[in-house]
Amino acid sequence: MPLATPGGTKANVSPANLIDQPSDDTLVSRAVTISRSPEELYRFWRDFSNLAQIMDDIERIEVIDPVRSHWVVKGPGGKDVEWDSLVTEDVANRRIAWKAAEGAEIQNSGWVEFREGPEGRGTEVHALIAYDAPGGLFGRLIAKALQHEPNTQARRELRRFKQLMETGEVTTSEGPRGGKHAKKES
Amino acid sequence: MRALTWHGKHDVRVETVDDPKILRPRDIIIKVTSTAICGSDLHIYDSFIPSMLPGDILGHEFMGEVVEIGSGGSKDLKIGDRVVVPFNIACGNCRPCTTGQFSGCDNSNPADKADLSEVAYGHAVSGIFGYSHMTGGYAGGQAEYVRVPYSDVGPMKVPEGLSDEQVLFLSDIFPTGWMAAENCMIEAGDTVAVWGCGPVGQFAIRSAFLQGAAKVIAIDHHANRLALAAQAGAEVLNYHDVKVREALMEMTGGRGPDSCIDAVGMESHGFSPDNVIDAAKAAVRLATDRTHVLREVIMACRKGGHVSVPGVYGGITDKFPVGAFMEKGITMKTGQTHTQKYMTKLLGMVVEGKIDPTFVISHRLPLEQAAEGYKMFKDQQDEVTKVVLKTDWKEAA
Ligand SMILES: NC(=O)c1ccc[n+]([C@@H]2O[C@H](COP(=O)([O-])OP(=O)(O)OC[C@H]3O[C@@H](n4cnc5c(N)ncnc54)[C@H](O)[C@@H]3O)[C@@H](O)[C@H]2O)c1
Ligand SMILES: [Zn+2]
Ligand SMILES: [Zn+2]
Repeated sequence: MPLATPGGTKANVSPANLIDQPSDDTLVSRAVTISRSPEELYRFWRDFSNLAQIMDDIERIEVIDPVRSHWVVKGPGGKDVEWDSLVTEDVANRRIAWKAAEGAEIQNSGWVEFREGPEGRGTEVHALIAYDAPGGLFGRLIAKALQHEPNTQARRELRRFKQLMETGEVTTSEGPRGGKHAKKES
Repeated sequence: MRALTWHGKHDVRVETVDDPKILRPRDIIIKVTSTAICGSDLHIYDSFIPSMLPGDILGHEFMGEVVEIGSGGSKDLKIGDRVVVPFNIACGNCRPCTTGQFSGCDNSNPADKADLSEVAYGHAVSGIFGYSHMTGGYAGGQAEYVRVPYSDVGPMKVPEGLSDEQVLFLSDIFPTGWMAAENCMIEAGDTVAVWGCGPVGQFAIRSAFLQGAAKVIAIDHHANRLALAAQAGAEVLNYHDVKVREALMEMTGGRGPDSCIDAVGMESHGFSPDNVIDAAKAAVRLATDRTHVLREVIMACRKGGHVSVPGVYGGITDKFPVGAFMEKGITMKTGQTHTQKYMTKLLGMVVEGKIDPTFVISHRLPLEQAAEGYKMFKDQQDEVTKVVLKTDWKEAA
């Protein structure tokens, strides 16, 4: 629903983009347009085990039932961080929302929406992720240690999502280099 | 394999590195036969391009033979095909690609590398071979082998009977000169002024004539390069001899050129006051680009004219003549070239004999001597216009 402020802003803008943040939560939002139908994008996302292909540091994602999934992420110092995630809203081809189950180390919730873009422009994918303050702080420490601020992470994940959906591949530039990485001459 | 790697300012070396591997279904591996050094490579050589890491393999103008094809198999390519590869990488699927804006491809810059340009430019730029981590961190083509991603989109098969040297420049400088001229929206009777008679300027001059310019005026300070421009029919000005803006007004009957092309970019030479200040600031990293030519083209261009900027800029500038730009109603067009959009058409012109791109080559060297090639291209521009490197020197000789 559109945001309305006393200052007169009335537009479809995420609370993450407000100058005065509405709560202590860390909000991360990001939008990307993908040349695929909302149906295709929703289908990929709804099977959470697919997300390992586009996310960093995922050890594994186990889909337990339509509501509950178990996430294992590589944490700092080789220690894994695990939590259960629960689907809180599921509107076919349109919106998926989730939140971490009680007791998760990183308290987080979020949603993703697949909105029809203007004529011929594909689907606008919007995502919002919220990290609760205490867990959020811890989460940010973890993220910092991994050099992955939630922002950076969301940005990269949505880029990979677009790459995979549009091209069938996640783009990589890995390859040979010189210097100390150069092949030892025999 | 052997490859030319960057290690710091004016320090490039040919060394032995690992061979590239197929990593994705749409990849191919090319065995390079010919590759060239570009003015854009000089910006890296001179350390004007950020996000270079020691050991990066350079080179974005290359061609060769297909030696390996990924499981996604390029429908049109088979082992042994000779191909020329565009310098920019494009996926062919995103909206920029499907609308012909290949150099704006959304997907060819890996997700982790794309952060750099998103911060610097507001949007992530697309991938380019051998051209810093900002443009993807891809290993380049001044090497014996190269991995080419999204190979069903970029590489173009070379018809039999054409030599490497006839088609190599379809990878970059010929399309770049062509697009530079196209961005001038040339109409009958137009005069086009071209700053910089390096390889890009040379192709821009010839393209402007092919696109119907009545007159082309070329500006540089190297006599050899001016002579090459004159061979194409341009009137040529050495800015060490002539007051350029005054001469341009005179040569256009006081109107000013209809279009002005900046084929120089961020390392403009000369000791004009603004250039000296820019150079001093660049040295202390205050403003990164020397934009003397960009200022001059805007000042020289007629009212309502077109300014076309193939010359590469990477950072920020000041003293931008925004008043002249606005008050004269100038249209400015720029960008990395949409190479893929032009290759087939320009190949046709080579086949028909409308242009022979080999005119620009002044020197040929084995890949082993690539470091020397850089030094020559940088320090002896009054003798060197374009250096082509061959991987199999015995066969080439
Ligand atoms: N847009 C693209 O896709 C694209 C592709 C290839 C190259 N480029 C860029 O085009 C530019 C030219 O490339 P090149 O290979 O011809 O380089 P180059 O270095 O060989 O040529 C540049 C020429 O400009 C001349 N020059 C310098 N200062 C001048 C001035 N003040 N007035 C007039 N001339 C001046 C130099 O003497 C030289 O001859 C570079 O910036 C390069 O990075 C852009
Ligand atoms: Zn080039
Ligand atoms: Zn693309």
